Amino acid sequence: MLVHSRKGKWTAWAVFFVLFLPLFALPLLVILAASFATSWPGVLPAGATTAHYAAATRGEALQALVTSLVTAVTASLLALIAGTWAALAGAALGRRRRAVLDALFMLPVAVPPVVVGLAVLVAFSQPPFLLNGTRWIVIVAHTVLVTAFAHQSVSAALERLDPACEQVAASLGARPAYVLWRVKLPLLLPSLGAAAGLCFALSMGELSATVMLYPPDWTPLTVLIYAATDRGALFAGSALAVVLMTTTLLVLLAVSRVRTKASYR
Amino acid sequence: MGIRFDSVTVAYDGNVVLDALDLRVEPGEVMALLGPSGSGKTTALRAVAGFVRPASGRVFLGDRDVTDLPPHRRGIGMVVQSYALFPHMRVQDNVAFGLKARRVAKAEIGPRVAEALEMTGMAGYARRYPRELSGGQQQRVAIARALAIRPDVLLLDEPLSALDARLRSGMLAELARLHRELPEVSILYVTHDQVEALTLADRIAVMDQARLKDCGTPQELYRTPRTEFTASFVGNANLLPVTVGDGGVSFAGGMLKVDTGGAAPGARATLCVRPHLVGLGSGPNQLTGTVAEIQWRGSTHRLYVDVDGHRIMADLRELKEPPVHGRPVTLHFAPEDATLLTAGVSGDG
Ligand SMILES: Nc1ncnc2c1ncn2[C@@H]1O[C@H](COP(=O)(O)OP(=O)(O)OP(=O)(O)O)[C@@H](O)[C@H]1O
Ligand SMILES: [Mg+2]
Repeated sequence: MLVHSRKGKWTAWAVFFVLFLPLFALPLLVILAASFATSWPGVLPAGATTAHYAAATRGEALQALVTSLVTAVTASLLALIAGTWAALAGAALGRRRRAVLDALFMLPVAVPPVVVGLAVLVAFSQPPFLLNGTRWIVIVAHTVLVTAFAHQSVSAALERLDPACEQVAASLGARPAYVLWRVKLPLLLPSLGAAAGLCFALSMGELSATVMLYPPDWTPLTVLIYAATDRGALFAGSALAVVLMTTTLLVLLAVSRVRTKASYR
Repeated sequence: MGIRFDSVTVAYDGNVVLDALDLRVEPGEVMALLGPSGSGKTTALRAVAGFVRPASGRVFLGDRDVTDLPPHRRGIGMVVQSYALFPHMRVQDNVAFGLKARRVAKAEIGPRVAEALEMTGMAGYARRYPRELSGGQQQRVAIARALAIRPDVLLLDEPLSALDARLRSGMLAELARLHRELPEVSILYVTHDQVEALTLADRIAVMDQARLKDCGTPQELYRTPRTEFTASFVGNANLLPVTVGDGGVSFAGGMLKVDTGGAAPGARATLCVRPHLVGLGSGPNQLTGTVAEIQWRGSTHRLYVDVDGHRIMADLRELKEPPVHGRPVTLHFAPEDATLLTAGVSGDG
């Protein structure tokens, strides 16, 4: 931290806790408490049971978790490929055309996810693009939603890349594809990792577009949590939420470990 | 293989940064491109490597017109100002990169990497990453990487600029040795350091403001520069504004005997005298002035003497009794040690 005096440090920590605890930590802690609770008599939930977790890790809930994971991984990979490709192509364009491309990729972020969901629903409900009723419509919607972030972070990383590396590689006799594969992509790896993590987390938590699109045999965990709260099963919903959170965090942690290994600066 | 610039012009957004460069580097020659910052040296190199497209003119490697070839098909070894080692590869993989990219047989790669590292004295560092090397070591790796592909042409862009003075003179000696070991490689060496150029080059091309000003052997440029710019950029120089007279020039109200080389009497010109050729005391061409500053530099004394409003430098072997600041002194120089410059005289407009 950039604060050096002792008093300053304490103040900084105090401000941090005052802001962080009620805003971020408390709600999560309450959910954690609720996930073990049997009743909610006063301010805090009471009782202790692991029954909600038992329910949250098998049957329909387990199925939903797997659905969420598969959706998030697939959408992240697709987004990463599309975003990287677009970023690489954009780097070769002139300034103005590049601005247009960047704006196009930012569009799904500017538009509310509900609208994206509706758009995907409308677009893919008629043959020959009939995805409605399949898992693919969910995956497509998630991909559309997260590609912007992949594109954004890869473009930024590309801009920071030393063009001299690329040029020296070419002068040594490497064809452009070889340069891409052996020099550019390895140098982009840390950013690709960061982008993958971000896309994955966003997709795991996506609800508003998903509820408009999901078919009965492809119910992501967020939808299940929403349904649980909707019918008043707060404790069961909390347990599901904790499972979702933990899984996402674990995957992010794994991704960041890969990233640290890949970074060399 | 030689390099030939045939009237090469490069412009960025209509801004000409290399103006109709004509230059020929003979096979096996070391050519230094010398010039101040922004004079277009790197741009000239980039045109050879293929990183920038000339607006007009052609670039030849040997007899081959490479102007339209992409960089990866030119077969050039290049060391850039920032070295640009691949940070994610070990030293050995950096050096092997060009060989792998050119699909050299696997069995051959190992020995050639070892050879290139041996040549640059980096054999003990093969398994390190670039971030684990000092600036001088990184530079050697960059050279090894360029040499591994056995190029006919080596382009070096201020390879020593990031090094301190001692490392630099050591590396200069090593580059000279490298060239003795690889006499057939043509080297185009960009620098703004005159010592590097004088030490290393067979010939020096002096550039200023996108143009080639002068080209010749270090001795030619040092002893008989043709322009003021060359005189002041290649070595130190006293540049005296003079008027051509009969059998000499007039300066500060007196006559100096020098070879006027057929310059028209009455014309304005510049007389170039190297500081180390100026002596203390009376002699043939005398100049009297007051000592403005005196600097002891170990083995020499540098005297700054004001003669009629012009400051003249003299580098003298260490003096037992150096003259005192503010006192009048007399300097002299031999007629044959002065060069009269009639071209590119400032004040000509
Ligand atoms: N990519 C570019 N776009 C626009 N102008 C450029 C570009 N690269 C170089 N220039 C300009 O071209 C001119 C010559 O640049 P160049 O890099 O060749 O100089 P240099 O002689 O190598 O200088 P230095 O000794 O500082 O490296 C400079 O005025 C510079 O501003
Ligand atoms: Mg330069």
